[in-house]
This record gives sequence, C-alpha cells and structure tokens, in this order.
Amino acid sequence: MRNIPLSALVGLIITAGFFLAAILAPWIAPYPLGAAVGGVWKAASASHWLGTDGIGRDVLSRMIWGGRTTIWIATVATILSFGTGATLGFIAAVMGGWVDQAISRFVDLVMSIPSLIFALVVLTVIPPSTTVLILVMGFLDATRPYRVARAVAVDITVMDYVEAARLRGEGRLWIIFREVLPNALSPLVAEMGLRFIFQVLLLSTLSFLGLGVQPPLTDWGGIVKENKDGLVYGVTAALYPAVAIAALAISVNLVADWILNRTTSLKGGRGG
Amino acid sequence: MNVVAKLVAQRIALGLLLLLAASVLIFVGTNILPGDVAQAILGQSATPQALANLRAELGLNQPAYIRYFEWLGGVLHGDLGHSLTNGQDIATAIAGRLANTLFLASVAAVIAVPLAVTLGLIAVRYRDRWPDKLISAVTLTSVSLPEFLLGYIVIYFLAVQLRIAPSVATIYPGMSLFQKLHAVILPALVLVLVVQGQMMRMTRAAVLNLMQSAYIETAELKGLRPFLIIARHAFPNAISPIVNVVMINLAYLVVGIVVTEVVFTYPGMGQYLVDHVAKRDIPVVQASALIFAAVYIGLNMLADVISILTNPRLRHPK
Amino acid sequence: MADTLLEIRNLRIEATAYPPGEPPQEIVIVDDVSLALEKGRVLGLIGESGAGKSTIGLSAMAYGRGGVRITGGEIVLNGRDLRKLRPAGMRAARGREVTYVAQSAAAAFNPAKRLMDQVIETTLQHRLMPRAAAEARAVELFAKLGLPDPETFGRRYPHQVSGGQLQRAMTAMALCPAPDLVIFDEPTTALDVTTQIDVLAAIKEAIADTGVGALYITHDLAVVAQVSDDIMVLRGGKTVEYGPVRQIIEAPQQEYTRALVSVRGVEHEEKTPTAEPVLSVKGVTARYSGTRFDVLRDISVDLSPGQTLAVVGESGSGKSTLARVITGLLPPSQGEIVVAGRRLGPDLKSRTREDLRELQMIYQMADTAMNPRHTVGTIIGRPLEFYFGLKGAAKRRRVQELLDEIEMGEGFIDRYPAELSGGQKQRVCIARALAAKPKMIICDEVTSALDPLVADGILKLLLNLQKIEQVAYLFITHDLATVRAIADSIAVMYQGEVVRYGTKSEVLAPPFDDYTDLLLSSVPEMKLGWLEEVIAHRRMESAGH
Repeated sequence: MRNIPLSALVGLIITAGFFLAAILAPWIAPYPLGAAVGGVWKAASASHWLGTDGIGRDVLSRMIWGGRTTIWIATVATILSFGTGATLGFIAAVMGGWVDQAISRFVDLVMSIPSLIFALVVLTVIPPSTTVLILVMGFLDATRPYRVARAVAVDITVMDYVEAARLRGEGRLWIIFREVLPNALSPLVAEMGLRFIFQVLLLSTLSFLGLGVQPPLTDWGGIVKENKDGLVYGVTAALYPAVAIAALAISVNLVADWILNRTTSLKGGRGG
Repeated sequence: MNVVAKLVAQRIALGLLLLLAASVLIFVGTNILPGDVAQAILGQSATPQALANLRAELGLNQPAYIRYFEWLGGVLHGDLGHSLTNGQDIATAIAGRLANTLFLASVAAVIAVPLAVTLGLIAVRYRDRWPDKLISAVTLTSVSLPEFLLGYIVIYFLAVQLRIAPSVATIYPGMSLFQKLHAVILPALVLVLVVQGQMMRMTRAAVLNLMQSAYIETAELKGLRPFLIIARHAFPNAISPIVNVVMINLAYLVVGIVVTEVVFTYPGMGQYLVDHVAKRDIPVVQASALIFAAVYIGLNMLADVISILTNPRLRHPK
Repeated sequence: MADTLLEIRNLRIEATAYPPGEPPQEIVIVDDVSLALEKGRVLGLIGESGAGKSTIGLSAMAYGRGGVRITGGEIVLNGRDLRKLRPAGMRAARGREVTYVAQSAAAAFNPAKRLMDQVIETTLQHRLMPRAAAEARAVELFAKLGLPDPETFGRRYPHQVSGGQLQRAMTAMALCPAPDLVIFDEPTTALDVTTQIDVLAAIKEAIADTGVGALYITHDLAVVAQVSDDIMVLRGGKTVEYGPVRQIIEAPQQEYTRALVSVRGVEHEEKTPTAEPVLSVKGVTARYSGTRFDVLRDISVDLSPGQTLAVVGESGSGKSTLARVITGLLPPSQGEIVVAGRRLGPDLKSRTREDLRELQMIYQMADTAMNPRHTVGTIIGRPLEFYFGLKGAAKRRRVQELLDEIEMGEGFIDRYPAELSGGQKQRVCIARALAAKPKMIICDEVTSALDPLVADGILKLLLNLQKIEQVAYLFITHDLATVRAIADSIAVMYQGEVVRYGTKSEVLAPPFDDYTDLLLSSVPEMKLGWLEEVIAHRRMESAGH
C-alpha cells in the first residue's frame, strides 16, 4: 500500500464515501424518503441543497436513499453473480473435459442474448421485487465472471507448478484454493469492480424503464424517471443521478485498474 | 479455399444453432414462473372466466414443449402471433418499427464507426501523449454512464438549453430523408457516444498489439517511412481485428438502442418491446426479443466470418 | 583505417526499468563498449542473456528496442556518426548500408505478404535496382542459400515454409539490397541442431560470396567460432575480452572466457547398469487424445538405481511425451511402467501416494514450476508435510537441511521465487524433488534455460546429490554436451522411437546409425574449422553413396 497512485487513492476515497453514505442513509438523509416537504420543483436552497421534485420531496434525501437501494441491490447481485460465475469457472478449468464443455456452451448460449433483453423477457412474467431483481441480475451476469475466472484459471492450471502439485497427488480443493486462487485473486477482484459497475448501470436502466425498483422505494434510475419531465422546464433534478453514477463508476474503475496493473507482472508480486 | 469455405459454413451453422437455442431460452424465460402465468398477467382481481379465456388463448392447457414448437413453427412461417393487449398481428406491427430502428442504428453506425476507428488510430499514433490520454478519459466517462442518462444530458443541453434539435424524435411514413435525419439527430448522437468509447479503446488495443509485432520492427529496420510501414505492413493485418471490434460494438449498439428509443419516444422496436413488457404482453415480448437476439447473434457471427476470410494462414493453406 | 566499415567508440546505452511497486530506475545496458569492423569481415558478439549483445547490434542500425536510449559514444558507419543523423538519414542507411536478420524469422515476416515481395522490398524501396533485377537476385540468393525450388520459393507465404527455410529466406532478405553490413541476431538459436548446421553453413558461404561485413550475435561460443574473424565477449554490458577468434578460442586471457571455452566443467565416471532397474519402460506406445498418430512407438528403456539415463532428441522426437507417460499425465495405449518392481497404474488416479512420492520431476522453466505466491519454505515444505506429515519446527528444520544440501544456506527460507536468480530457482526445484526422498527424478531440460556457467553449477550439484542420496535421474535433453557430462546410459529418440540405446560408451562409439551420426556430427564443437570439416565430410559421403 506504500505506493498507491493518486488516481487509485481518489477512487478509493470516493468509492468508500458512496458506500458510507449508503450505510448511514437513515442518519445523514435530511428528510424521510417519501415525505413531501416543500414546494414543487423548487431550485436548490439552504434547506433543500438539491431542490425538490415534482411532488415536493427533497431531492438530496431521495438521492441518498436511492443510492442506498442502488448500491445494496448491485452489491448483492455482484456477490451472487461472482460467487456463481467464479466457482463454476474454477470448476470448469480444473475439471476440464465434458464438465467444462457443458458449462461453457451453456454460458455461450446465455451470452448470445444481450443481458438487458433477457432481463426484460423474464420481468415480463415475474413482477419485479428486490429479490427477483437480485436473482435475475445476479444469474444473468454470472456469465462474465465465469469466463474471466475460467480463463485466468486455465492460464494458471497449465503452469508447471500446478502440474507439480497434481504429480505430488494433491486433491482438487488444495489445487484450487492453494495453487490457483492466490494467483487469480487480483484479476478477479478487478473484474468484480467492473461487474459491480455493470450491475449499477443495469439496475438503473431497468428502474428507468419502470421494470426495476418499484415505488415507494426508489433508486437512482427511478429518480431519473420521476424527474425527467422537469428537464423540459429547466429543472435538472433528473441529471443528479448521472453525476452520482458516473462518479461511482469512475472511482471503482480507477481502483480496478490499479489492482489489475499491480498484478500484470506476477513475477515481481509479493504474496502479501 | 476449401478450408475457408468449411470454416465459414461451420461458423454459420453454429450461429443458426445458437439462434435456435436462444429461441428456446426466450421461450423458457417467459414460462419460468412457477405459478400461473395468466394469474400473474391479469392480477389477483381477475374473474375465473377471464383467467380461463387467457389460458386458452396462451395455450396454457397444452404442455410447454408443444406450445414451443407451435410458436417456432409460426415464426419460421413469418407468423409471430397476435398481441394480447390489442389483438394486432405482431409481424405487421413490427415491420414498420424494425425499419425505423434499423434507420436509427444505421445513422449512428455511419457516424460512429469511422469516427471511432480514426480516433483509435490517433490514440495509437500519439500513444501516452495528451491525445491518447484525453481519448481514454472520455472513454472512461462514457462507459460509466448508462444510455438513458446520456440521453437526458443531451436533451437538457442540446434540446432544452441550446434548442438545436427536438427532444422527441417523432418519425412517420412520408417524411423526407432530411426531415427524418433531423428528427434522429439526438438519439443518433447518444448512440454514437454509447459505442464510441469501447470501439476506440478496442481499436487502439488491436492496432497497438499489431504494431508491437516483430514484422513491424523488420519493416522499420528496412528503412521504410512510417506511412509505408502502416500502409503495407500494419494495415493488411489490421483489417480483421478492426472489423471484429466494429461488429462487436454494433452488437452493443443493438442493446443501447432499446433504451435510447424510450428516452426519445422514438417509434422503433425497442420502445415497442419495453411498452409490452410493462403490459405483460408475452407474444410481443417473445417476438421482439427473438429479433434482437437474431441481430446480436448475426453480427457476432459476421465478425467471426470476416476474421476467417481475412486470415492469410487459412486463405493460403500449406 | 580506410577500410573501416563500422566503428563504435565508448558506447553507452541506458533504459528505464519499471519494477512493480517501486519507483522507476535507470539501468545501464551497455557500458563503454568500443569495437571496429573492417569491410568483409565478421565480428562475433557473444555473451549470456542480459549481456547487451543484441542492443549493441541494433545500435549499429541506430535502433533501440522498447525505450532503450543511446546516451553516450559514437557509432560510425561508413564514416558517418549514426547518432548525428536525422530520421530520414537513418532510414536511408537502414536497408541500404546495414540490414538485419532476426532470431525468430517466423515472427519477423509479415504473415499477409508473399516472401518475394518482402525479400525485395528494401531493394525496391531504396531504388537500388528495378523489380525484375531484384527478383532475379533474390532467386539467385535463394539458390545460394540452399532453398528448395528457388524459382518459385518466393511465391509462398511465410507460414507455408519451415523454420529453417524462413531463417534462410530472412538471410536472403538481408543480403538482397547488397548492404555493407549485416547484423545476424542469434539466427540459428531457435533451430534444431541438425537444421542449425545447414543454415550456419549457408550463412557462412553467403557472407564469403557477397563480401559483406557482419556482426554475428549469439550465446553459443562454438557457433560463433565457426563464422567469425574476431570475437568480443560481453558480460553485463561490458567488454570482457576482444580479439581474433584464434586467440579467444585457443588462448583466452580472462577467466570468464576460459570458462566459456571449456564448455562443461563437469566430469563423471560412467557406471555399469545393474540387474534390478529402478524404472522399466516396457513397450510403451502413446498418442494424444483426438490425434491420429502415435507420438511414442514401442519404447523400452531401463534405468538403474542411482544412475542417469539421458534421453536425447530434437523437438518433436517425443522425449517430453515419454516423461508425461512415465509420470502418469498421459496414459499409454500400450505397454507399462514399472518402478522399483511395482507396476504403476496408467494414470495419476490409479497411483498410490507412495508411487507418486518415489517419482519426482524437475522442469525446464523453474520460473513457472514454483507458485509465485508461495515462499521457498512453503514450496520445499509441502512435500515433507504431504508425504511424511512433518509440521512446524521439524518441517522447518528439514527444509533448512535441504537448502544446505543445494548449497543455498541461511536466509532463503522466507523468500519468494521472484527474489531468486535463475540458478537459485532451479536449485529450489531440486530441493523440492529431493524432499520427497524419491527413488528417481525426471529432469526435463533442466539446464536449457540457464546460461552455460549456471548450468554447469546445476549439473555438478545434481551429480553430487546423486552420490549422496542414491537417486536415479531420467535426464531429458537436446544438448549432447550435457549428455556427455552426466549420463551413464543414453537413449536417442527420433520421431517417437528409440533409435539407439545403451551405455554411454556404447552409444557414443561407432558404428553409428544414420540419425545418431547426423545428430552427433551436427553439434558445434569448440574448435576452429569444425564447420568446414563436417560439411566437407558430408559432401564426400553423399558423393560416395
């Protein structure tokens, strides 16, 4: 951690800020989520830093609460997609043969339909609840962690040190956890950051289309949907989520880039 | 040429197989609900009679695989079924919208592809200098924003503040080409922005990778001018990776267009799909999703076919 | 000095290194090197990896690879200092006055263009002759370099010809514009030894015929002795010794040069095979799944306890596949493997832990043979724990004993592989194999990736350990000098079969079969005129037939 570059440091701080705000929402949000507290579409003021929305709710409060929902759902979906994808990827790489073939071809198939389209298909018949959203987003996106994990693990399993472990008679679990995982961790953590961003974008898009988080709850995509009509009158409430999403995404990207660069030369890497 | 023909045929066959499998997946996706689809569609307050009617209409009394084959048979004959909400023939409704969507996509692609490739090459030429850094910063920002937000940013600044173009992209039969182009300025711009970043970055990576080949060094050591090195030695080998990049990003564009159409209330396939998802109109969703999947699979297949066709090792076998 | 073609004075070349996690560092790659080359003569640059020899060679073309900077000295080619030329001037010199032959011709040719277009490109570019004349010259060069069908050879694409042919085509490409100087950068290193000798002879003849001057860069002193007039020995970017080839080979002044000339400082007395072999390979035939031909056909060899069996062959001979069959990674389609009187199962699953323990393996690339995230202590300690259940202090004590045995001593146990030198890494791999107390160890090209002096050290260590631990080695290699140094028995493999097998003295004594004869006579010897002798001998023989 001695030589953490400035860009990564900024990224880390901003990312941490977003997560803190999400956790502390009940304490830091000035007003409750659904409370109408002022005039309609008021400009920013001392009592409403980001103004109010179409039915007089405080936009800053809604941004904080919405961020909490967005980050919470995206995080759980990422863990789900990552847990499923990476596990299957490792299994495919270490087992090889027909197991690898079966999972890989199925993943090819799921990836042949764009995630958003497939999510729309499923959400046609299942009413979106938080659980449904997490499951749909998590499983649909598990394809990408699967590919990354498998590729990384395949690269590692052809290494002589893994062959040496097999020749020694080590079991599969030892090979996965002691030989493969420590060397695959950094690229996977970086990929996890990217998947988190993707989940944030996908959730916002679904909510914007009215198929994601349902009222009275809201998230950043929902805030855009609620306030988009205001744009025509010059009210910028719909654009605040853009700033929030972009800031979060760029910060996470900066951190992911740093983690990835740190490991491009594994030879020099210390176990740590 | 035999090897090439065989590989291309294989790739096309794989594409068709994938499309068939995708149709199964889409069908399963709309039948995934453990409970009663009709109930879910009509809600708790539905009368038993209405439920029974809907079940009959959806063919829910038959086993799923029979319904699938009936649906697939219809699709293969150009019959996409009827909409649940208004009884319209889906094929007819889609025809005009598909044309609109393809028009918007083409406009975006015509601008985005040359622009992205050019900028990607500029980034390579000025690697690690300010043009490259600027391009990568723009890339980072554009991949960090969802399409709909780019859409509203564009609307706010260009339509509301500067009044350059309409914020609602209305398009109808009988408009002149120029009128149509004027109507789609903003959505096309959004789509260009959406695919631009990735396309530039991937072009840059592909060309950089190529410029590090030993044969480029050979050309340098022959005393060739930089222009000749690029024209004679880099370009012929760059076609395949660049075409690949372009195709993959056009496939992304297909997805971006769904949301962009909603933002600009553009009468295309994407808006049609999203509208009917909200109405739980299963036949329409199935048909639209299948078309999107077909375009997506087709573009990816085309990318692979082109890279097979341009591979010198395959074109001139031993 | 009227005939001086190239003169380099006090050359200094630097680069910036970016060690991960640390600030960038300036490193000196070439330090105060001076040399002079007259027209029509050949100067050999020799050194281990990192000696700076390729960097010096490319500097004669005013070219630096990957951020390398020439920071001092003069490079005078045909009377002009290349460092003072503008880009256009450099381009004019490159290709017309000086050309380049790379180590890997396969990568250096553009895959999308026909060979002829690439070979004559420089000539046309510099407007040295019209296309028809250039093509005629190329065909002439193809013929001179011994390429098949010289008239039509140029119509092919790079992937359509073999590696040896590509290397000759690249030489033709370098000679086509009739330059004054050619830089040969390890042109035969990537080739098999039997191919190398032909390409080497072709290059030498072409140099003599065209009267071109040359810098010949290689790590193999025996090779460079065949083609050079003068030799410069480099180490760590500095000149060690510089003089006429005869003096360097026959009367080296510096200790480093003497060590290089003596090839193998390892002596070993041949042992006779015993009745009870520790390893018996019986009639093994094997193929990879999904392929249609056998990579191994009916292989039978024995290895006596505490002795060394060298398996020699070129790439594609099946020698590494044999190791995979013995270790159980590739089950044979026929035949069996017997270790210490026990018949082993065909694959890993069917072998007991005891079977696995008795048969250890050491790899060519020590870098990839050790998990970069494990310490030396973990790497050597794991077999102790896995096979013998050693834990804690007892394990650590035994690891230290093993480290002492491989002459590494204190202070290495908590280091990571990245902190070790190439030779040290290979030693740790040896210790890991020994930790299992095996009856035999398969050594797969264990010295090929190492510089000659380091390799010598590893071979000596292996022989010492053999005496102490009574362990047998199956030693897979393509290098006959190594075989001579350590083997008790030898199996020569060619295209999946053992073509000659016996004790070392039997195998290396005439009469030879055709392949062994070809192989043995192709290994460059550290003496002047060896190449001519072999070529003359072969011509006589083929005339005789």
